[in-house]
Amino acid sequence: MARAEPLPITIRQLTKAFGTVHALDHVDLDVRRGEFLTLLGPSGSGKTTLLMILAGFARPDHGSVKFGDAEVVRLPPHKRDVGMVFQNYALFPHMDVAANVAFPLKLRRVPRAERDRRVEQALETVQLGGYGSRRVDQLSGGQRQRVALARAIVFEPRILLMDEPLSALDKQLRERMQIELRGLHERLGITTVYVTHDQREALTMSDRIAVISHGRVMQLDAPRRIYEQPANRFVAEFIGESTFIPVAVRDGAAFLGGRPLQAAQAPPGPGRCVLMVRPERLQLLGPAGEPGMNLIAGRVRDVVYQGDSFLVRVVLADGTEVGARGVASSRAMAAAPAPGAEVTLGLSPADTILLADAEA
Amino acid sequence: MAGTGAEMHGDDASRPNAAGLRRDAARERWALLGLASPAFVLVLVAMAIPVAWLFWLSFLADDGSLSLEHYRRLVEQPSYARIFRATFEVSLVTTAICALLGFPLAYVLSQLPVRAANLCMIAVMLPLWTSLLVRTYAWLVLLQRQGLVNKWAIELGLWQEPLKLVHNMTGTLIGMVHIMLPFMVLPVYGSMRAIDRDYLKAAANLGAGPVRAFWLVFVPLSMPGLAAGALIVFILCLGFYVTPAVLGGGTIILVANRIANDIELFFSWGAASALGVVLLVLTLAFLWLASRMLRLDQVLGGGHGR
Repeated sequence: MARAEPLPITIRQLTKAFGTVHALDHVDLDVRRGEFLTLLGPSGSGKTTLLMILAGFARPDHGSVKFGDAEVVRLPPHKRDVGMVFQNYALFPHMDVAANVAFPLKLRRVPRAERDRRVEQALETVQLGGYGSRRVDQLSGGQRQRVALARAIVFEPRILLMDEPLSALDKQLRERMQIELRGLHERLGITTVYVTHDQREALTMSDRIAVISHGRVMQLDAPRRIYEQPANRFVAEFIGESTFIPVAVRDGAAFLGGRPLQAAQAPPGPGRCVLMVRPERLQLLGPAGEPGMNLIAGRVRDVVYQGDSFLVRVVLADGTEVGARGVASSRAMAAAPAPGAEVTLGLSPADTILLADAEA
Repeated sequence: MAGTGAEMHGDDASRPNAAGLRRDAARERWALLGLASPAFVLVLVAMAIPVAWLFWLSFLADDGSLSLEHYRRLVEQPSYARIFRATFEVSLVTTAICALLGFPLAYVLSQLPVRAANLCMIAVMLPLWTSLLVRTYAWLVLLQRQGLVNKWAIELGLWQEPLKLVHNMTGTLIGMVHIMLPFMVLPVYGSMRAIDRDYLKAAANLGAGPVRAFWLVFVPLSMPGLAAGALIVFILCLGFYVTPAVLGGGTIILVANRIANDIELFFSWGAASALGVVLLVLTLAFLWLASRMLRLDQVLGGGHGR
């Protein structure tokens, strides 16, 4: 599809309070031209409020939102020309599929013949060619999802907003749609802002993720950096499984159990510090350990079988419990330590992430 | 019974407890039917039997022999056709006015916060809890030549001479619309409340301003309620008696008034029954037509598929 150039979004000092609670607290955010950016956060974090302000359904207390160079913060929703996919799809029940998709084109007075052509093209884009005459209530959840998507892109908006569009689908379909949406974004190249509370979804689909909590952007980064190098304890805790082990900091180096830790980055500032440990980054090593790794000694509490993987729960000298995950191949399972055994865990310096202890 | 047969052979090893489970299911069905039986008996005694009795009476001549005399008179005397036409006309006009007044009222209610809307709804429903006769006579008092409406209008200079507002079609329509309005507002309000706000957001997002979103999305989605309200009002109007009798002052004769006349003045149960049967048949025919056009299940449900 030949399309207009996608637009970047510039958000400055955006603030919205409900009573004394800040849904958005002086948010600055840049969405790049054509990128897929996900707003990820727990419920009540303000991510949906931000999306509603972008769509024009909510009015901020103050702040600026620009689509390209145009200030839109006071523009009513029907003049914003952004596509949106709603959580419950919001397909009009009194119209068939084609009429739903044609709705934005009719409002833009696109001539009949071109309208029909573009409706069919949009339906083909979401793999629903020939479904035009179906009634909305005859469609499955996944098909409704696609129709909503077709309706949101048919008028070639330069920005696409999605509000947890996959949350009503079952797990398998959701994972398939994630890949499809990702592919669609690559084909259309449309600037996309996607809201979800599902971290896996965010990691799968996004170019960049903005982790949001209490109305603030906690970290804005590519998925891999968000996961592997969280900027703070909130992000580390919210994304993935993790355990935090208190470490001592002396002369700009961190020590665990008296041994210095080699880390990718120096420990942050003065004050207490924690080591972030993710189960899949810990390796079970022989008693001799392995050169170049940070070594952590402990005693096995139990081994939990989880189908695709197994989790060895290890109690460290200071009483902290950490998990080490292994792929559950027969060989690895046979080599798994028995409860009570002394083990040495290895953590490569690249995976050794030191964070300021937020709870101190 | 099948259950006993299975029991006598004992439960097959491959179908343990089959007979017992089947018996439980049957018992549950009968218990449910038992719960419905009081209503069923009531409908039978209060509805089915009297209607059947009327039906039978309408085929009896005054001397007690079977005949189509009453129906023949209905066809032959032009006054009857006039009465039926008047009945349908009054019902249609009442329904139309109720729709014109009720739709905006229901819209305003549906946009209020739920608590405020409930309070207003009580105000709308209040007339339903007072006697029909009292309300009708109240209108008589208000609308007569020396009534409040004429007095105030003259004092305000709206018109000079007292208008004839009652004992005619005007008074009848005012009274009927007032009495029927809640039956219109209720289903329309219900279907408007059921409209998900996201539909209107979606319309706005796709480029529809408030006016176009209202006409293209909100109004079509509230149609099932409007159709339900119109159907209820129209059918109730067809059988109206008190209001035309009092506010029409004898000038508005509808089918129900004619039935009362036939019985009170002429003691002609046969003629009255024949009128009743024809009205019933016409009403059913109308309902059938409406169901063909409107998918009645949706209308009576008041909502819409999602």
